[in-house]
Amino acid sequence: MPSVSMTVNGRQVSGEVEGRTLLVEFLRGPLGLTGTHVGCDTSQCGACVVHVNGQDVKSCTMLALEADGAEVRTIEGMANPDGSLGVVQQAFQDNHGLQCGYCTPGMVMTAAALLEKNPDPSEAEIRAYLEGNLCRCTGYHNIVKSIQAAAAALR
Amino acid sequence: MYDFEFVKVGSLAEAVAALKAEGAQALGGGQTLIPTLKQRLAQPAKLVSLTGIAELVGVSASDGVLSVGGATTHAQVAREATAYPALAELASHIGDPAVRNRGTIGGSLANDDPAADYPAGVLGSGATVVTNAREIAADDFFRGLFETALEEGEIITAVRFPIPQKASYQRFAQPASRFALTGVFVAQYADGVRVAVTGASENGVFRWSDAEAALSSSFAPEAVDGLSVSPDGLIGDLHGTPEYRAHLVKVLTRRAVAAAG
Ligand SMILES: Cc1cc2nc3c(=O)[nH]c(=O)nc-3n(C[C@H](O)[C@H](O)[C@H](O)COP(=O)(O)OP(=O)(O)OC[C@H]3O[C@@H](n4cnc5c(N)ncnc54)[C@H](O)[C@@H]3O)c2cc1C
Ligand code: FES
Ligand code: FES
Repeated sequence: MPSVSMTVNGRQVSGEVEGRTLLVEFLRGPLGLTGTHVGCDTSQCGACVVHVNGQDVKSCTMLALEADGAEVRTIEGMANPDGSLGVVQQAFQDNHGLQCGYCTPGMVMTAAALLEKNPDPSEAEIRAYLEGNLCRCTGYHNIVKSIQAAAAALR
Repeated sequence: MYDFEFVKVGSLAEAVAALKAEGAQALGGGQTLIPTLKQRLAQPAKLVSLTGIAELVGVSASDGVLSVGGATTHAQVAREATAYPALAELASHIGDPAVRNRGTIGGSLANDDPAADYPAGVLGSGATVVTNAREIAADDFFRGLFETALEEGEIITAVRFPIPQKASYQRFAQPASRFALTGVFVAQYADGVRVAVTGASENGVFRWSDAEAALSSSFAPEAVDGLSVSPDGLIGDLHGTPEYRAHLVKVLTRRAVAAAG
């Protein structure tokens, strides 16, 4: 089987995968990083969003081998080094930005990608950026509020 | 998903060679192909990733022509096609941010989904699709539903867009998938106006020649008021009847002309 290596949340990792192994399968399986969720497996819901070389991507729609040599960041990499919640995560908790939490890893990773590009997004820009992230619980209002709060905290 | 061999190459020459193998297929951003493989609607023996080929990536403009490398992502076109704002705008509304970070122009054109956005921009600009083997005019490239002039193993290396005087792309999103229920690209050139319609026809992207003639003599939204689009051959599904799409073609054309200014 082909081998793959990449940096995940700052840690060098490698493993054997098949051609068809998805990035999310490699993260959740051999690496045990189950914070990244699979909601739909059809590229629609965004629960699986991670950053690859700084870009937000749907890890259910990228092959693990395509990430060979890449820097990958997952929800586990969003916490502070002491294990406490990072700024974006904390903003979701403070603003009731989650209910069941299934969509939350993808929401946090997408929000973080937006704020890196645009530190002061308008409400409309936040909503537009969440186009590929579905939430069945919150109705989105508190997710938007969480991202606004995170933006303010990071500025 | 059936298993396959994955190869990533660093040059166009290596990609062309790798694609000669039996059952080999190109992989762009995978935003269409990976979902297709998951449904087992395709069974390639080998996927040849084009995403590591630097010569296929980039946006540049010179002498009134915008060139986009075949493996350039939608996100990069949205950011960098400043010389052709209507095209940058089109790219910025494809799918969602994560899809735009992976999906490529070459993949979109090779796939030729009847509701895809790029075909409208390419046909509406009279662009040239450049492959490893030849140059194909947009008018000859699109051949119907999911069908193009590409031969087996042929790779889109670039797309060259003549930059118009004015242009705009207007799309009406299907509320669930957010694909274009209908989208219209209008571009005005010194020698005339081109109008390309996506999402509406059972035969894929097409030019609305009556509107092109009317707008070439008067570039104003009212110029199309007296025209009508026949619903014959337009798509009818639970999202809209052929008549509804025919109506949208006209409304979106008017909007595009107004937005182009
Ligand atoms: C959730 C979601 C929403 C989307 N919404 C939209 C939308 O609103 N509008 C829209 O237009 N599209 C949309 N798409 C499709 C998206 O734009 C894809 O990126 C695009 O259709 C395919 O590009 P790709 O690079 O991902 O190609 P791939 O999926 O890698 O490949 C698609 C096909 O093209 C071939 N191919 C790839 N690159 C080349 C090349 N350079 N030369 C020759 N053949 C090649 C492959 O062999 C394959 O047959 C959406 C996709 C998803 C998942
Ligand atoms: S699990 Fe990847 S988009 Fe839904
Ligand atoms: S919090 Fe339940 S899906 Fe979003």
